Amino acid sequence: MRIVRSHHKVLVHGITGKQGTFWTDLMKSYGTNIVGGVNPKKAGIFHCGVPVYASAKEAMLSNGGFEVSILFIPPLGVKDAALDAIEAGAKNICILTEHIPVHDVMYFMSAAKERGTVITGPNTAGSVTVGECFLGFMPAFNQRIFKKGSVGVMSRSGSLGTLMCQNITNAGFGQSAFLGIGGDPIIGTTTRDALEALDAFERTESIVIVGEIGGSMEEEAAEYASTMNKPVFAFIAGGAAPEGKKMGHAGAIVLGDKGTYKSKKTALKNAGVMVLDTPSHIGDALKQNLKRGR
Amino acid sequence: MNFEEHASKALLSVAGINVPDGKVARTPDEAFEVASDLGRVVIKAQVPIGKRGKAGGIQLANTPDEARVHATNIIGMMIGGFEVECVLVEKQFNIAKEFYAAVLNDPITKGPIVMFSTEGGMDIEEIASSRPERLKKLEVDIRKGCDETSILTLLRGLSLGDAKSSIADILLRLFSVYQENDAELLEINPLVLTDQGKIIALDCKFVMDDSGLKRQIELVKQGTPEKLSRLELKGDVNSIKYIELEGNIGVLANGAGLTMTTMDVIRHYGGKPANFCEIGGEAYTKAKFALELVLEKPGIRSLVVNFCGAFARCDVMMEGLLNAWEELQPDLPVFFSIAGTGDQEAIAMLKDRLGIEPFVDMDAASKAAVEAVESIGETL
Repeated sequence: MRIVRSHHKVLVHGITGKQGTFWTDLMKSYGTNIVGGVNPKKAGIFHCGVPVYASAKEAMLSNGGFEVSILFIPPLGVKDAALDAIEAGAKNICILTEHIPVHDVMYFMSAAKERGTVITGPNTAGSVTVGECFLGFMPAFNQRIFKKGSVGVMSRSGSLGTLMCQNITNAGFGQSAFLGIGGDPIIGTTTRDALEALDAFERTESIVIVGEIGGSMEEEAAEYASTMNKPVFAFIAGGAAPEGKKMGHAGAIVLGDKGTYKSKKTALKNAGVMVLDTPSHIGDALKQNLKRGR
Repeated sequence: MNFEEHASKALLSVAGINVPDGKVARTPDEAFEVASDLGRVVIKAQVPIGKRGKAGGIQLANTPDEARVHATNIIGMMIGGFEVECVLVEKQFNIAKEFYAAVLNDPITKGPIVMFSTEGGMDIEEIASSRPERLKKLEVDIRKGCDETSILTLLRGLSLGDAKSSIADILLRLFSVYQENDAELLEINPLVLTDQGKIIALDCKFVMDDSGLKRQIELVKQGTPEKLSRLELKGDVNSIKYIELEGNIGVLANGAGLTMTTMDVIRHYGGKPANFCEIGGEAYTKAKFALELVLEKPGIRSLVVNFCGAFARCDVMMEGLLNAWEELQPDLPVFFSIAGTGDQEAIAMLKDRLGIEPFVDMDAASKAAVEAVESIGETL
């Protein structure tokens, strides 16, 4: 389960922190079903109108448990928090934190795999199921950016993904869901995973991939795209980036002929994906290729 | 973070993996002294980059005098943009066989991979493409670690003779070094079998995961900091990701993806970006400093400011940017694209304080910035 719905019960780790508080209030008011928070030092209190538990395991045994957990936790604390959520039986964990040591990431990825837990991120801005609920740092409530519609959007970058959604809305279309997958080299939900999830989501009639240089995720997603019936569009950031430099995201780096703009663009084009030169071209591309879906 | 060969080998040595006897020399005289103790030696340039041999940075010396001559030539040499400050002087060996061994983080399996090949000494990319069947790979569950049984499975079918158990032992130790030091890549190439039947790590490359730096304080002191320009360093110290490029159109945006895209779009319309500078995430309150940094690079002819607020709020970024603009009063055409969280407030501030409006999208802003540079060019 990668598309979070309004009936899913969500637990917020780090709910009492500054960002945790700010975004929990916004998520709740948009429609996210927040059922509790975690802070071992403040267990027993109510915060943002929900109970705070000592651990995810405790939360799972109280008030009907939870399905989704979201982490507002600093880098060196993520491993323990993620393991807590995994062991408690979370179905889906959204990890926003950037700069988590990769060995920690591989550790909880292994535990998640064993338990069948879906991880999104690390280093994602979150996700929006438009008109229903959202997770993370997303301006879901801004109606000039997100409007209910049929275009599924996935992005490694939060800011660029947000811009793509706004361009789609400006062109008179709307989104079914937005999935931020994160800018790290090792992430739980890959471009291909996100593409499959959006394809399977009943509201989606077309999909926009917002990718980046580095790694081989877009190439893997292209394989799946070639089997799809719904139109797929893509923009790949970093065509003008110099080789060997990490462009802000740890995963956005070209080494030799690995992870280049060209290899991604070629793979996607060969799979029948319409590759955009700039994100502003999405409006025209949708108008030309979609008959309905407004 | 990259580590030079001598710093990487120190980690192997502590873990009980044999490395050649040797010492770092900072002067030709020091190289002479070390060679006097060791006999026939190899002089190796210490820079955190490959292809040192091809650049002439690795030389054999059969006498202390030869060691001095080679050290004189190598110290001060430029290899891949790095000036050689010291050499590693190591004892020579007669090599019977060369192997390749490594442990690295793998994005596909989302875990560590141990790699071994009997085709040592070559570039690993070359082995992987020309003889992939010769590159043996073992996926490891980092929670369980690496055990002897799985290593022996990895080595099954390879004609290693008596050396097999020693190699298995070295791979296990290599995995421990990888795990204890937050390695992204730990590679021994070549791992050699000498004519005396000893197994020795002749070279070693260690790259540390940058996100592990915070919990490896002592080890970081042995690493080589990334080579940064003066402005890049200034950005780094202030937690702003700034990369200097060769063009003349300044870029200020929030988020790595949006900033890269702004560079792409400028290029798409025929311009050349002067920098990557992003104030996404927690850095969104640092717009003032970031603008000062972007403007400090000489030769900037126009500027694109591209904000799309999600976590970062446009109004907060705009406030910082306008404060810096009013203070510096740069004589520079500037082109804005503003969207996302806080955009209406930011646009109002922009109209109120600079008397200008943003463009309809980043394409329009970037195109105008490119045209502005071209028209300045015509008037000069």
